[in-house]
Amino acid sequence: MRPDPAAGIHDSRPDSSARAMATAHRRRSPWPARTRSVLKHLGLIALALIMLYPLLWLVASSIKPNDEIFRDLSLIPQNIDLSNYSNGWTALSEPFGRYLLNSAVIVLGSLIGNLVSCSMAAYAFARLEFRGRKLWFSIMLMSIMLPIHVIIVPQYVLFSKLEWINTFLPLIVPKLLATDAFFIFLMVQFFRGIPRELDEAARLDGCGHIRIYLRIMLPLSGPALATTAIFTFIWTWNDFFSQLIFLTKPNMYTAPVALRTFLDSTGQSSWGPMFAMSLVTLIPVFLVFLFGQKYLVKGIATTGIK
Amino acid sequence: MSVVSELRRTARSGRGGPPGKGTSTPDGAGGAVRRSRGDGKMAAIFLAPWFLGLGLITIGPMVASAYLSFTDYNLLQPAKWIGFGNFTRMWEDDRLHQSLKVTFTYVVTAVPLQLIAALGLAMLLDRGMRGLAFYRSVFYLPSLLGGSVAVAILWRQVFGVDGLVNAFLGFFGVQGQGWVSDPDTALGTIVLLHVWTFGAPMIIFLAGLRQIPEMYYEAASIDGAGKIRQFRSVTLPLLTPIIFFNLVLQIIGAFQSFTQAFVVSGGSGGPTDSTLFYTLYLYQKGFGSLEMGYASAMAWLLVLIVAAMTAINFLASKYWVFYSD
Repeated sequence: MRPDPAAGIHDSRPDSSARAMATAHRRRSPWPARTRSVLKHLGLIALALIMLYPLLWLVASSIKPNDEIFRDLSLIPQNIDLSNYSNGWTALSEPFGRYLLNSAVIVLGSLIGNLVSCSMAAYAFARLEFRGRKLWFSIMLMSIMLPIHVIIVPQYVLFSKLEWINTFLPLIVPKLLATDAFFIFLMVQFFRGIPRELDEAARLDGCGHIRIYLRIMLPLSGPALATTAIFTFIWTWNDFFSQLIFLTKPNMYTAPVALRTFLDSTGQSSWGPMFAMSLVTLIPVFLVFLFGQKYLVKGIATTGIK
Repeated sequence: MSVVSELRRTARSGRGGPPGKGTSTPDGAGGAVRRSRGDGKMAAIFLAPWFLGLGLITIGPMVASAYLSFTDYNLLQPAKWIGFGNFTRMWEDDRLHQSLKVTFTYVVTAVPLQLIAALGLAMLLDRGMRGLAFYRSVFYLPSLLGGSVAVAILWRQVFGVDGLVNAFLGFFGVQGQGWVSDPDTALGTIVLLHVWTFGAPMIIFLAGLRQIPEMYYEAASIDGAGKIRQFRSVTLPLLTPIIFFNLVLQIIGAFQSFTQAFVVSGGSGGPTDSTLFYTLYLYQKGFGSLEMGYASAMAWLLVLIVAAMTAINFLASKYWVFYSD
């Protein structure tokens, strides 16, 4: 860890004359370095608390009895009431577990689809020579930015002709066909960083492209595959628009679509159960955040995704 | 490197094939093996799923949508050609104009506010400062959760009459209003929700700041530049490409926001259409009242708007984005 540059004021051995000049300049600041650092941390901690407060309040409210939720700031319940969870679980026409399971199935299908189809396309763009590669690559890049709304209506028509509405197929099949082109881009970037000498050595040993892809590129692309998996998970789990459109039968609802029906049967008495189930749907994303942070941060920093 | 800078590069380079770090010449490597030109068959195999998806899931529906936008179609009866009927109707549709107003207001407030917050925090989080990883995680967490229905529901309650915000105001003896049920403030709560997710662009900015060599600051400091001058003359110019691509992507995304407005308004876009986002209105038309021809026409207007905004961004970038390469 690099030392805090502001701390250099108390350092009698500056490591370069430039650094000395820099610290000399900082000395003119009206606040002593230590005070400034403490103030900064206090400010950051206050901001962090404000940002997290609604989430913490959600956690606290989910175990409060209903009358304690209203107009109450407190994060510590006076009475703990777990009945919100049991009430929320059974409040809708199906047990909430059904909706979570539906979401999980779609996530799993999307994960497999994106990992396989996007890595294949990425291999072609990164390593194969073919006519029109530049053109196709540009088309792929542009498709990332295409608003889904311009294709969702005909997709709906198509899928209803195929009788796929109220199945998971409209949500999974497109992923098997690499329509999340963003991940193609991400993997192309990664594949380009893998030294070509490796595949050339493999070609000398008589490997074809399929084996190079399977035996060299994929095993070396752990971080890119992990980033793809994590973002696919979060985006699919949080997705609402397409699930709302393609799943209209209550037993096919995913967790977000089901949550939304809490709002229809609104009324303040259902706050507690609604909060409890909201929290339940956030937990998987939170777990991914805890364990996949390294890939999340890297993925965003290098490619600029949300 | 981002999608945006890649697009910019492919648009400029006349060379065949996407440019890349690993490729030194268009012919491939200068290694011992001469690469045979043309792996056409192999490419067809590897790209087969993508080609299928592009045709069936993307371009096919795009063509169909372009056709439907000139028809009256409700899924049950065959589409009826009505020429520019949908477009003239859009010209006169007051709710559509309202939805455009809401969406533009949202884009021009939420996007800059979020980016300013992101840049400000990234500047505060110095390299190597104590607790950097902790702050980064805490500020980033809302970005992951912010798009979910669960958080939108939470938001609706936090800003409700009996919600967290009013409980806080009540603490100071202020009688708060129902923020999401007041047409003057409802959109503001959704803007705040977007600003709350500043963590993702903040991480991009942090990565960008890390790319700026320390010696630039040392040199500036020797020349007597203070902190503010250093920010204006070193940090900001070198960060403009990153600000630019954040801006482009955030604007494209913000025009398409749906979930938050849908949940906060309970699907109506209310109160009195004050949160009627464009995509929400499109959903109501296409999938609520099954006016699919009209919804298709609306979708194409959205594409045109997004494309125009992106083009304007790229054109304007000549005047303020500084590329050192």
